[in-house]
Amino acid sequence: MAAEAPVLTKKDFQSDQEVRWCPGCGDYAILSAVQTVLPELGIPKEKFVIVSGIGCSSRFPYYMNTYGFHTIHGRAPAIATGLKLTRPDLDVWVVTGDGDAMSIGGNHLIHTLRRNVGLKVLMFNNRIYGLTKGQYSPTSELGKRTKSSPQGAPDYPFNPLALALGAGATFVARSVDIFQPHLREVLRRAHQHEGTAYVEIYQNCNIFNDGAFTYMTEKDSRLEEVLYLEQGKPLVFGAERNKGVRLAGTRLEVIELGNGYSADDCLVWDEHQKDPIFAFLMSQLLPPEFPTPLGILRDVPLESYDRRVVGQVATAQAAKPARLEDLIRGNESWVVPG
Amino acid sequence: MSEPVASIDAGEPRAVSVEKLDDVVIRFAGDSGDGMQLTGGQFTSTSALMGNDLSTLPDFPAEIRAPAGTLPGVSSFQVRIADYDIHTPGDAPDVLVAMNPAALMKELRDLKPNGVIIINQDEFHDRAFKKAGLATNPLEDGSVSGFRVFQAAIGSMTRRALEDSGLDNKSQERCKNMFALGMAYWLFSRPLDATVAWIERRFAGKPLLAEANTKALKAGWNFCEITDVFQVRYEVERAQLPPGSYRNINGNSALAIGLVAASRKSGLPLFLGAYPITPASGVLEEVAGYKHFGVTTFQAEDEIAAVCSAIGASFGGALGVTVSSGPGIALKMEAINLAVMVELPLVVCDIQRSGPSTGMPTKTEQSDLLQVMFGRNGESPVPVLAAASPKDCFETTLEACRIALKYRVPVMVLSDGYLANGSEPWRFPRVEELPDLSVEFHTDPATFKPYLRDPETLARLWAIPGTPGLEHRIGGLEKADGSGNISYDPGNHEKMSALRAAKVERVAREIPPLAVDGDPEGELLVLGWGSTAGAITGAVNLARAAGLKVSRAHLRYLNPLPQDLGAVLSRFRQVLLPEMNLGQLAMLLRARYLKDITSYPKVTGKPFIRQEIVHKIRQMLEAGHGR
Repeated sequence: MAAEAPVLTKKDFQSDQEVRWCPGCGDYAILSAVQTVLPELGIPKEKFVIVSGIGCSSRFPYYMNTYGFHTIHGRAPAIATGLKLTRPDLDVWVVTGDGDAMSIGGNHLIHTLRRNVGLKVLMFNNRIYGLTKGQYSPTSELGKRTKSSPQGAPDYPFNPLALALGAGATFVARSVDIFQPHLREVLRRAHQHEGTAYVEIYQNCNIFNDGAFTYMTEKDSRLEEVLYLEQGKPLVFGAERNKGVRLAGTRLEVIELGNGYSADDCLVWDEHQKDPIFAFLMSQLLPPEFPTPLGILRDVPLESYDRRVVGQVATAQAAKPARLEDLIRGNESWVVPG
Repeated sequence: MSEPVASIDAGEPRAVSVEKLDDVVIRFAGDSGDGMQLTGGQFTSTSALMGNDLSTLPDFPAEIRAPAGTLPGVSSFQVRIADYDIHTPGDAPDVLVAMNPAALMKELRDLKPNGVIIINQDEFHDRAFKKAGLATNPLEDGSVSGFRVFQAAIGSMTRRALEDSGLDNKSQERCKNMFALGMAYWLFSRPLDATVAWIERRFAGKPLLAEANTKALKAGWNFCEITDVFQVRYEVERAQLPPGSYRNINGNSALAIGLVAASRKSGLPLFLGAYPITPASGVLEEVAGYKHFGVTTFQAEDEIAAVCSAIGASFGGALGVTVSSGPGIALKMEAINLAVMVELPLVVCDIQRSGPSTGMPTKTEQSDLLQVMFGRNGESPVPVLAAASPKDCFETTLEACRIALKYRVPVMVLSDGYLANGSEPWRFPRVEELPDLSVEFHTDPATFKPYLRDPETLARLWAIPGTPGLEHRIGGLEKADGSGNISYDPGNHEKMSALRAAKVERVAREIPPLAVDGDPEGELLVLGWGSTAGAITGAVNLARAAGLKVSRAHLRYLNPLPQDLGAVLSRFRQVLLPEMNLGQLAMLLRARYLKDITSYPKVTGKPFIRQEIVHKIRQMLEAGHGR
């Protein structure tokens, strides 16, 4: 009989290292959510591995009392892929940021998503380079004035959700650092997904880009600005639940309910829709015209890359004996007698 | 004098004279689409099975199908067979098989005086001359005077032999390389059966093609047997090789098998992350076929992901390996440094090619030595080993894996395009002769700190994820020795830098004394590393046969160097160092030993030939005696 797994608590996941993010950083809230969710998952602590790249967010592994690998800029998905392919028994989480994942590591991210490697990717988006002290990032808005863009950033930003969907991501979600219950639920759902689970987390950098998300995080504006995606439910939002999102022709539009429209006119959300087109439409909803969607944009089952790769090895092993002496001898050999 | 002596009229079988040769160099040359690499490869395999010693030099363009009939489209395969122990594919061919005018003109300048040329006369017409940039027919304008030319209508005779094969004209024409091979087999008295068996394997499930290729092969042989195209045929007896079991092998195969062997002997699953690049792709392709050994291959999105995935695999307790060539190695360097910092095993194989930048991808060079030694930020020493011959890629790779696992360091293996594609007979070892590479993962929480070290090797503890109670974090930031916590302490950084260097230096304790071939002291030592071994050995043997006194030594370990290298160098008044770069190792050795080494650089994309080195040896000895 298997021994009963010890009951784990948040404390078990806190390392002895002093957390050195700036006071007030959104990373603290995300760390807390992860440390709360991981013990609930029924997985032995030693099976968790947190792999990160470079940036403020990538200090994350040092504060988790799990196995951790703080790697090099942008490469966490590649390192995590090698780990997961050889150790599919492990629960591998990638912690990255908008610079790490969208810029220097963009190639690894899209290919990880394309392959559907069994990794949980938490992408902290604060729309700024924090660790290098305040240059604009690939998710900074056009025209943003920063130290490296005194006249305003000339770059159009990436849409991180659309990028992931375009790469074929099978699980795509968005949450916010301080929306703790929501974030924890998204993390649980991400964990249940077999392939790559990609979670964009809006994270406030209170030093270099403070208030980037206050339009939607303030108590009084939150309900007006956030569209919570709920499976099987119509897309309704607003403090009075008096607004909705409907499909008008080929685009989405906001409608006032009670004004000839009811919830029945709103699009009913289906995160399991195989065709990513509605998830893609949802990724395009941007303020100020639209509320910001939070929750799960896409969750479709698809065999993971690691399972396919491990399966190929198993098939080969079952089909052919592995004798090193045969490999060394090859197909054609001869003997020179002594 | 050039004088076509062939006729395609069939006649009765006849008596021909047989001439015994101890050593012959044959070069097959044609269009990239003509199958010359296969033809040469088959001639090689058959000769290997006959017991000849041999050495090969494939040479092909980077373009997959350059315009047909042009000079840039010429692909060639040189093979030297001998009844004694040889070390190089030969300085100059004795026999050239030229499938078209471009191949003839490109390769002619290398041919020995009075050498034999076998021509596919079907391709010698005005249109083909034009494609090859020729104003006149080279068979008639004096280009081939001084050679013995034999003509045969290889293409049309192949088609005629395959009239009833059920294949279309184009597919029939494609079999002409087998016809040419059949001719070569007749001329050099080789049996057809090994190639027939190979054809059966290659075209399994395609009986029409199998039959046609076999028929073309036999037609070529029969053509020589029943016509008077050749008045003489040659025999090369089996070589007196040391007793044992042999196979023919090229460098990339030997390297691939070495990786699998290292996996078996260490008990760790092999993980190979790679991105396709010439001339290294063959290793990825070959290892991908060895999944029954529990091997995982990962064709990554780029070179960086390839090495990073291997590091991730090592972190998880696998034997992490990546393979590439110079441009790819440049991209991997930041990640290799991560492995230096986190002190995990990693094996990085660099199959060098001509650089810089894209350079000449299919041509060989040894110009990545300084890159792999120093091309990383910070103080970042890594062990560097170089393979000396195709078969040596096996042992060198195995040794690199051993060092990586034992010392927990990234180890660089240097091969090159010449070794990767060239082949030779390999007296392969028995599995039980291979070294034990087993490693121990740490499992005891009571005695665990991530950067505790083995006092002998200085390797840190290797604790893999999944081990209860050993949860820890590693990364690219400087670590405190012992605890592995992030540290900016000045003294700690100096200590850790010294430890990382000392770990690599300790490898030298295990390096056997440098073997000197010839007198252990004297006027001249020819020192080499990597793939120049064959040419240097051959040259030194030739020089000695001419009465010159010269010694020879060859380096496998380039970092750390053998502990006695300084002493060996000091025992010779002059040291000659041929290398296929502009003097990289010579620079390192001069700096290290303050010895005035004579660098002999070569960067033509072609390996050294023996006579070049013999000439240099002669010069240096004459200068020495004049002192």
